[in-house]
Amino acid sequence: MAVCIAVIAKENYPLYIRSTPMENELKFHYMVHTSLDVVDEKISAMGKALVDQRELYLGLLYPTEDYKVYGFVTNSKVKLVMVVDSSNTALRDNEIRSMFRKLHNSYTDVMCNPFYNPGDRIQSRAFDNMVTSMMIQVC
Amino acid sequence: MAEPAVLTSADDQSTDMTFLFGIMELCGATRLGYFGRSQFYIALKLVAVAQSGFPLRVESINTVKDLPLPRFVASKNEQESRHAASYSSDSENQGSYSGVIPPPPGRGQVKKGSISHDAVQPRASADQQEPASPIVSPQQSPPTSPHTWRKHNRHSSGGNNERPLAGPGPFWSPFGEAQSGSSAGDTVWSGHSPPPPQENWVSFADTPPTSTLLTMHPASVQDQTTVRTVASATTANEIRRQSSSYDDPWKITDEQRQYYINQFKTIQPDLNGFIPGSAAKEFFTKSKLPILELSHIWELSDFDKDGALTLDEFCAAFHLVVARKNGYDLPEKLPESLMPKLIDLEDAADVGDQPGEVGYSGSPAEAPPSKSPSMPSLNQTWPELNQSSEDTAIVHPVPIRMTPSKIHMQEMELKRTSSDHTNPTSPLLVKPSDLSEENKINSTVKFASGNTVDGYSSSDSFTSDPEQIGSNVTRQRSHSGTSPDNIAPPPPPPRPQPSHSRSSSLDMNRTFTVTTGQQQAGVVAHPPAVPPRPQPSQAPGPVAHRPVDADGLMTHTSTSPQQIPEQPNFADFSQFEVLAASNVNEEQDDEAEKHAEVLPVEKASDSASSLRVAKADSKTEEKTAASVPANVSKGTAPLAPPPKPVRRRLKSEDELRPDVDEHTQKTGVLAAVLASQPSIPRSVGKDKKAIQASIRRNKETNTVLARLNSELQQQLKDVLEERISLEVQLEQLRPFSHL
Repeated sequence: MAVCIAVIAKENYPLYIRSTPMENELKFHYMVHTSLDVVDEKISAMGKALVDQRELYLGLLYPTEDYKVYGFVTNSKVKLVMVVDSSNTALRDNEIRSMFRKLHNSYTDVMCNPFYNPGDRIQSRAFDNMVTSMMIQVC
Repeated sequence: MAEPAVLTSADDQSTDMTFLFGIMELCGATRLGYFGRSQFYIALKLVAVAQSGFPLRVESINTVKDLPLPRFVASKNEQESRHAASYSSDSENQGSYSGVIPPPPGRGQVKKGSISHDAVQPRASADQQEPASPIVSPQQSPPTSPHTWRKHNRHSSGGNNERPLAGPGPFWSPFGEAQSGSSAGDTVWSGHSPPPPQENWVSFADTPPTSTLLTMHPASVQDQTTVRTVASATTANEIRRQSSSYDDPWKITDEQRQYYINQFKTIQPDLNGFIPGSAAKEFFTKSKLPILELSHIWELSDFDKDGALTLDEFCAAFHLVVARKNGYDLPEKLPESLMPKLIDLEDAADVGDQPGEVGYSGSPAEAPPSKSPSMPSLNQTWPELNQSSEDTAIVHPVPIRMTPSKIHMQEMELKRTSSDHTNPTSPLLVKPSDLSEENKINSTVKFASGNTVDGYSSSDSFTSDPEQIGSNVTRQRSHSGTSPDNIAPPPPPPRPQPSHSRSSSLDMNRTFTVTTGQQQAGVVAHPPAVPPRPQPSQAPGPVAHRPVDADGLMTHTSTSPQQIPEQPNFADFSQFEVLAASNVNEEQDDEAEKHAEVLPVEKASDSASSLRVAKADSKTEEKTAASVPANVSKGTAPLAPPPKPVRRRLKSEDELRPDVDEHTQKTGVLAAVLASQPSIPRSVGKDKKAIQASIRRNKETNTVLARLNSELQQQLKDVLEERISLEVQLEQLRPFSHL
């Protein structure tokens, strides 16, 4: 269902970005990049409060006519951005949440791997499989 | 198979060398440079063709039907002879491959060839297994006992014949190279051996296989290399077969395991302890494998994803490293034999095995982590939900251990269930359609769910938190207490979900109210018509108790306003409601129609409330007043207990009044629903979205039905009251009748 999934590091460089190859991937890259601003804005808005009070799921960042961009930020300021197709109206917010949850869990699994250096690109096969499963769901 | 070997065996025949070359060309060995399995088979057939005197053509293999087995002469106790014998026996195998199943005992004749038989068949079968098999237990020099060979034979012949011609695997290339020279053989030899018992990873590929792991095999290690490599597979298989009939190329032998345990001890003296990730990283980095592969190995072997390796996990990781070092590709998923077993096997014994969830049909000791809502103890093994294929249902198993679905094996990864925000992400490998079906039928009537899936579904239905669609493991048991039995006690409170208010018992009102209060930001807005707050007046009165329900239900339905009323039960219930109402009040047609429609939840509630209003109108003021407070009180009180007594009354009513027929019907419907519960097939759907959608629908259905239930119960009460009043009147009238 997701058209593009990206994991952005704290320093705002991508750790992992993958899109369905149908369209120009660059467009998705650009969308993700622009969404980072929105993410930062949302983080700072509630950033005054303690981190605990901050909701990890950011919700819809911004919609375009074709796509909707959802965001999720972890406690370590790693951002997960997901672009979904607007035509996929059946996608509920809960599903987006669950997808982010899965992404988050997979990301933590990658982190747990001692052979993974934080800041590297994510090359985990398990993570790839999980993302693939999300992207080809119910298409 | 190396060309020299074949040529050697060919020499034993009376065929001309030219024939051999021709055969080699035809079968493609010349092209490939080595004899793969298919090449070998073709070559043998060509030999048979040649020996039968037919022209050497590829077509002749197929055209000549009754090709006699190629004849090879087995010599004795020489390397060549051994090869010959091995190949001859193999050729006999293969020669008859196309046609008849070779008589296993027949090959027993060549006692001297027994060894090579050993070598051949297990090698053949080992071939078909994962190439890692030779690693399992290296080498044993050829003179294996005949009895083992025989055992092999019988065992392997079937295996040989069952397995189709497999393409040459990496196994063969080492062979081909190995046989080109003893030195090469040494390399191969060492390649096949487990790492020598040295701490130094670097040298493990270079040192000759003087591993102490070979204590099992007294034969000297430095024998003929080629045969040994063959024999290694043989003995590996042999040992494997002797130990268990389960053919598993990834199995760790005892020596290897002992070696791994020793290595483990060097890092962590306590065998029950863990190796932290950093220490493991250092250790495995010594193996000089690329970091990416080590990372993958870690992903495979760290079963519980805790960043540390238990003994089992460490052995699995070590084994994978060894395999990779020897050139075998890493599997995508952890082989079952490498999966860490539960340390407490006693406890594991009675742990319910829910294979579907994880797709690992592995050791029965694997306990579905679903039992523990919190982070599973590190001693537990986590079946991987993931699934496996996208059937994530299963998938990933994010801890949906409930549903064992081998699909999406990897996806069905076991995910932790603990963290506050992160619910288990194991893919929803829950039997999707299964759940949906169950949920459909899973009305508010509590199912006597003996199986966790039911519990899962019911829990889903009662939990209005839409987020929990994906993660259910911990919730599975939560509502398993709900039972359709009218006599069953109220269901135990579900396991608390850290991030959800589901901690409350199956109290519909409370659940809904709580969840209403905690509505997530993302939840779709409430349906437009929020029922008004309770008021003493008649009309809004009956609706009073419903706002609480409705809110919760609305929110529930808001998440997925689907076709709950499509349920046949729904329609039935509405009919019943109508009938029940009509008994009291004839002017229920409108409401009946309303009921008959496929209404969204709110509409149904409205109709029900209007029904009730109408009913109230027909009653006396007191009754109405009584019903209103009853409704209100009922609304505020937990719904769980009331349904049960009401249901009981329902049943008792059946005997009493004819107009309770609808109740009877209703109970009949309920009974039918309940009866159909166990018959719901458990099919694992692969469509996560469909699963989630169906789950939402089911949830909505459940909530709607719950509301209906409460309403009907209220109506029952009313009807009972009426009945009582009527009976009183009857009593009053009766004396007159005597007159």
